[in-house]
Amino acid sequence: MTALTQIRPADRPILIAFSFTILILLIGTAYTMSTTGTVPLLQPSYLMQQLQIGSFLGLCAAGMMLVILTGHIDLSVPWTLTSAAMIATSVGGPWAIPAGLSVGLCVGLVNGFGVSVLRVPAMIFTLGLDTVLRGLMVARTGGFAPQDQATPAMLYLAKSKLMGVPVALFVWIAVSLLVTFILTRTTFGRALYAIGTNERAAWLSGIRTRAVVTGAFVGSGLCAALAGVLLAGYSAKAYQGMGNSFLLPAIAAVVLGGTHILGGRGRYAGTFLGVVLIVLLNSVLSIMQMPEALRQIIYGTVIIGMLLIYGRGMRVSE
Amino acid sequence: MQRPIVELSDVSISFAGVKALEGVDFSCHAGTTHGILGENGAGKSTLIKIISGVLKPDYGTIALNGKTVSVSGPAEAADAGIVCMFQELSLIPDLSVADNISLQRPPRRLGLIDKRAQIVRAEKLLSRVRCEDVDPRAMVRDLSLSRRQMIEVAKALGRDPKVLILDEATSALTQRDVETIYGLLDELRDDGVCSLFISHRMHEIDALCDRLSVFRNGHHVETFAKGERSDAEIVRLMIGRDVTAKFPPKPAPRERAPVVQLDDLRWQDRLKGISLTLGRGEILGIGGLDGQGQKELLLALFGVLKGVGGTVTVGENSGLPPSPHAAKTGRNRIALIPEDRKTEGLMLSLSIADNIIAAALDKVSSGAVIDRARLDAAVQDGMDRLRIKAGSTEDAVKTLSGGNQQKVVLAKWLMIAPDVILMNDPTRGIDVGTKQEIFRMMRALADEGKSILFYSSDYAELIGCSDRVIVLYDGQVVSELTGDAITEEAIVAASLNMQGEMA
Amino acid sequence: MTRWIGQNRGFAAALALFLALYLSYHLIHPRGFSTAVLVQNSNELVAIGFVAMAQTVPVLLGGLDLSVGAIMTLAACVASWLLDGSPVQIALGMIATLAVGAGFGLINGLIVVYGRLQPIIATLATGAIAIGLALLIRPNPGGTVDGDLNWALTNSIYDFAETYGIANGGEAAWLQPFINIPVPLILLFGTACLVWLPFKRTVTGRTIYAVGSAEGAAFASGLPIDRARIAAFTLAGFFAACGGLYLAIQTSTGNADVVQAGAYTLNSIAAVVLGGTALLGGTGGVIASILGAMILRAVSFYFRILDIDPLLQPLIEGIVLLAAVSAVAFRTFRVKNQLELFR
Repeated sequence: MTALTQIRPADRPILIAFSFTILILLIGTAYTMSTTGTVPLLQPSYLMQQLQIGSFLGLCAAGMMLVILTGHIDLSVPWTLTSAAMIATSVGGPWAIPAGLSVGLCVGLVNGFGVSVLRVPAMIFTLGLDTVLRGLMVARTGGFAPQDQATPAMLYLAKSKLMGVPVALFVWIAVSLLVTFILTRTTFGRALYAIGTNERAAWLSGIRTRAVVTGAFVGSGLCAALAGVLLAGYSAKAYQGMGNSFLLPAIAAVVLGGTHILGGRGRYAGTFLGVVLIVLLNSVLSIMQMPEALRQIIYGTVIIGMLLIYGRGMRVSE
Repeated sequence: MQRPIVELSDVSISFAGVKALEGVDFSCHAGTTHGILGENGAGKSTLIKIISGVLKPDYGTIALNGKTVSVSGPAEAADAGIVCMFQELSLIPDLSVADNISLQRPPRRLGLIDKRAQIVRAEKLLSRVRCEDVDPRAMVRDLSLSRRQMIEVAKALGRDPKVLILDEATSALTQRDVETIYGLLDELRDDGVCSLFISHRMHEIDALCDRLSVFRNGHHVETFAKGERSDAEIVRLMIGRDVTAKFPPKPAPRERAPVVQLDDLRWQDRLKGISLTLGRGEILGIGGLDGQGQKELLLALFGVLKGVGGTVTVGENSGLPPSPHAAKTGRNRIALIPEDRKTEGLMLSLSIADNIIAAALDKVSSGAVIDRARLDAAVQDGMDRLRIKAGSTEDAVKTLSGGNQQKVVLAKWLMIAPDVILMNDPTRGIDVGTKQEIFRMMRALADEGKSILFYSSDYAELIGCSDRVIVLYDGQVVSELTGDAITEEAIVAASLNMQGEMA
Repeated sequence: MTRWIGQNRGFAAALALFLALYLSYHLIHPRGFSTAVLVQNSNELVAIGFVAMAQTVPVLLGGLDLSVGAIMTLAACVASWLLDGSPVQIALGMIATLAVGAGFGLINGLIVVYGRLQPIIATLATGAIAIGLALLIRPNPGGTVDGDLNWALTNSIYDFAETYGIANGGEAAWLQPFINIPVPLILLFGTACLVWLPFKRTVTGRTIYAVGSAEGAAFASGLPIDRARIAAFTLAGFFAACGGLYLAIQTSTGNADVVQAGAYTLNSIAAVVLGGTALLGGTGGVIASILGAMILRAVSFYFRILDIDPLLQPLIEGIVLLAAVSAVAFRTFRVKNQLELFR
C-alpha cells in the first residue's frame, strides 16, 4: 500500500485492476498446469480468441463509459444491440451496417432527449426505451430468431483475421483510440467530465449540457449498435435476447476500471482493463469448468472486493 | 459569575490547510444572551458548528457544565441541550411541519410516533412563535422562506434548549417575526437559557445581547459586557486596525457610454420593474437586504430565468440571452461569478486547469479538438494573472483555500474576455488579503472598459468599490447613489426603505 | 381530502389510472367482477407487488437496490426445500426463508454504509451473488410445497377457511362478508400494513424519508442516518423474500431463473415510478408502489381479453411506462428558474 499511495489517485484503480488481471492469469495457469500440464491461457492464439469475444463487451463498455461519466446510465444497451443486429441483417447488402448504426443513433437521440430535456432519471427512461425496443423487435419478428443472414462485411468484421489478429479486435482498438481521443483531447470530452462532476456549475459555465449529455447517449447507442452488428456477424445471424448478457458486465467493467458510478471521474484505459479483466475471469472460470452458480458468486465477490479496495485507497489519499 | 455552561479551550480547526479557528478560548453562561460579532469568514459559523457537534476541532477541548466532553455528532450535542438554528435550514422539505418540529424525539405511543400528539405539540409551539396560521399538517416545502425560518425556531424551542444558537436567524424574517423572536429570547433568558446570537445587524445585537464576543480571522479577539465598548470601538475590533478598507482609488464620476440598459424588468414576484443603466468601464453596486431581487436580477441577465418581462439592451443587441451559453458567446460577452462557488462556480473534484478552462474551451481548440499547448498557455496565463497559489495546475480545485478557489472562478471567466461581469457576492467567505486583490482586479477590469454589476451583502465593499450604487427593496430600485453620496447611512436607510431614518 | 390529494398528487393520479384501467377491464371481461377473475389477478400481482415494495425503501433514501429480484429468487429456492412436512416445520421454513432475505438485505446495507459503495453498484454485485446461491440450492427447477398451503394461500378466504377448517370450514356467519376476498391480496396489503406502516412511524423510518429529502439537514438534525440506511436495505431484503416465499408457494417450485430475476428487478423500478415515488428520494411510499405494480399488471391483463397479439405486449408496456414518466416530466418546461432543473 505504501507504494500505491504515491501513485496518482486516478491511476490507482487501473493498477489494482491490472494486478488483478495478472493474478487471474496466474491462478488460471496454475490450475491448468496442475490438471493438464498445459498453459492455454498464456498462448497468444487463445488470448486472442478470448479478446475477440471480449471485443463485443468492450464496445458496449466504451459507450457506457461516456454515459456514466456524465452521471447517468444507459440501460437500453441490450435491445439497442439486438435491434441494430436485427435491422442490419434484415436490410442486408451494403446498407446493412449503416442501417444498424442508425438504430443506435436514433436510440441515443431519444435517450438524450428524455434525460437531458425532459429530465426523466436515466435509470427509468433508458429502461423504458429498452422495453419499447424489445417490443418493436418481438412484434417484428414474432419472437423468433429472424432468418436473415449477416452480410459478408459483417462476417468479415466479426470473424476474419488480419495478420493473424481478429478484425473484431482491430475494431475494438479503433473505437478505444477514438474514445480516448474524445475524452482527453476534445471539448466534448472535457464537457463530459465537467457535467458529471457538477452539472449546475457546468451549465453556468456556458457548457451546452443538453447537447453534451445527448452526445454521450448517442455515443453509447452507436457503440452498442456496432457491437450488435459485429455479434450478428460472429454468430452469422441475429437472435432474440442476444444483448441481454452485455448490460451488467459493461457497467461492471466501467466501474472496475475506476470510473465513478456517479460521474466525473475515470479514464478510458481503466475501462479497457476492466473489460479484459472480466473476459479473462470468465475464461478462467470456464477452463475450471466452474458451475454457473459459483461463477455468479465469484463474479459478485470480485466486484465488491475490488471496489472495497479502491475505496480504502481513496480514503488514504483524502 | 457561575461556572460557564459551554467552555472551549484552545480550539483550532483548519480546512484544506487554511486555519478557520486558531487557539480559541470561549465561554458563555446560563441566563445570558451572548452576541457573536465578526466579519464574514471571521470564524463565527465554524465556532457554532463546533459547539453544536457538526464539526470536530483538530485541537483543543470542549467542556459542558465544567465537564470535558468529546462531542461526536449533532445527536450528542442535542442530548446535552445544545440546539442550533443553522443559516442553511435544517428542515426536511418533504415532511410535514409537525414531523419537522418533533424530528429528533417525537412523542410516541406503543413505541410508534404518535401523530396526533405530534400535531398538538406542534400547535403549541407554533403558537409560541405566533405562527398559528401555519397548519402543522402542511408540507414544509410548500411554505415561504420566512415561515420556514419560524418553524425552525419552533423546532429549536421544542427541544428544551439549554444553549440556543441563532445563526443569522432573523435575516429572512418580517418585522413582526423579529419582534416575536426578541420576546422569546427574553423569556428564555429568564428561564436560564444561554442564547448565542449571531447577526450582522448591529442594532439587533445592541437591543438583545448582554455580552458580546468579537472574532476576527479565526481568533477570539475580546469578550465584554454590553456598554463597555462604543460602536466605533467594536467596529475597530472586528476589522482590526491594519486592514481598514484598502480599496483602490475610484476615478472621478463621469458620463459613460451605456452598455446594459434595463427598462421595467419583471420576473414572477421577485423583480417588479427594475430599470437601470450600466456604463462602459463602470462598477455598479447593488445593495439592499438579502433577498430583495438582487440575485434574480443577475440571473436574469445571464439567461438563467425564463419568462422575464421588460426591455433589455446589451450593447447593440436587444433582449436577454436564453441560456448561459448564449450569454457567454453573444456579441457582448457576459460572465457571472455565482453566489455559491462550491455548487455553482466550481467542479470541485476536477483539476484547477480543467476549471479555469471550463468556460473557454472553444478558445483553445480548433474545431472540437483541444490544442494542448494553447490550453496550457491559457491556464498558466490565468494562474499568473490572478496569482493563484497552487502546487500544480493538475491538483483538484478542492485542495485550494476559499480565496484561491474564488480566484479560479474569476480566472475562468476572465478567460472569455467578457464585456459585462455580473458578480454575486464574490468575496463571501474569503480572507481579507484575497478580497483586496479581488477589489484591485475589479477596478483594473473596469479601467480596461469592462462593465461590472456587483452585488455584495457587505456595505463597506459597495461603498469602497462602486462608482454608483443602486439599492433594491422588494424587487424595485428604491435609491441610486453616486460619488460621495454613497455612505453606509444612505444605503442602510434605503435598504430598509425608510428614507431619512438611520440604522 | 383536497390537502391529501395536493400532497400526494402522484399517488392520486396512479390510483385514478389504476381504477380506470381495472374497472373497464372487468366491464369488458366476459366473467368480470367474479371471484375467480379477482383471485387469478391477485395471484399474479403478489410477487411483483412485494418486489416493488422492496425496491421502494432504498429508493426513498435516494438509492436503488438492483438485487431485489435476485433476493426474491434466492428466497423462492430456499422456500422450495423447506415448505413441506408438519405445520411446525412449515412455519419454521417460512421464518427461515424470510430470515435469509432479510439477512441478505442486511449485508447489502452494511456494505453500502461501511464500505461506502454506491448502492447501485454494490447491489448489482450482491445480486449476482444471490443468484449464484440460488443456483447452488436449486441447480434445476423443482421442489415440493405442501399442497394445502398452496391451495389455501392462492384462493379466496372461503377456500382458506375450508382448507384448514377454520370458522366452521368457512361457513360461519361472521365470515360471510369476507369470503370472496382473495387471500393473496390480504397477504400483500397485510404485510404492508403490519410491517411498513408501523415502521414508517418510527424514528428510523422517518429518517429514511429525511435522508432522501435533504441529507444535509437530516445530518444536522442529528438523525440516525447509518441506521436508517441499514434498515432500508434489510427491509428491502425482507419484502423481496416475502415475494419469493409466495412465488414458491404459488408455483410449488423453486427456479433459479436469472432472466426472471432481472425482469422482476427492472419491473420493480417501473412500479415504484408509476406509483409516484420520486427516484431522487424523499416522497412516496410502499403502498403507492403496490399500486404501481397493480397498474403494470392491469395493463398486461388487457392482452388476454382484448385479443391483442401477445407479441405486442412488451411494446405496449414500454410505451405506457415511457408515457407515464414523460408526462410527469413535462413540468420541466414550466420551470421559470432554469437553475432549479439542476439539482
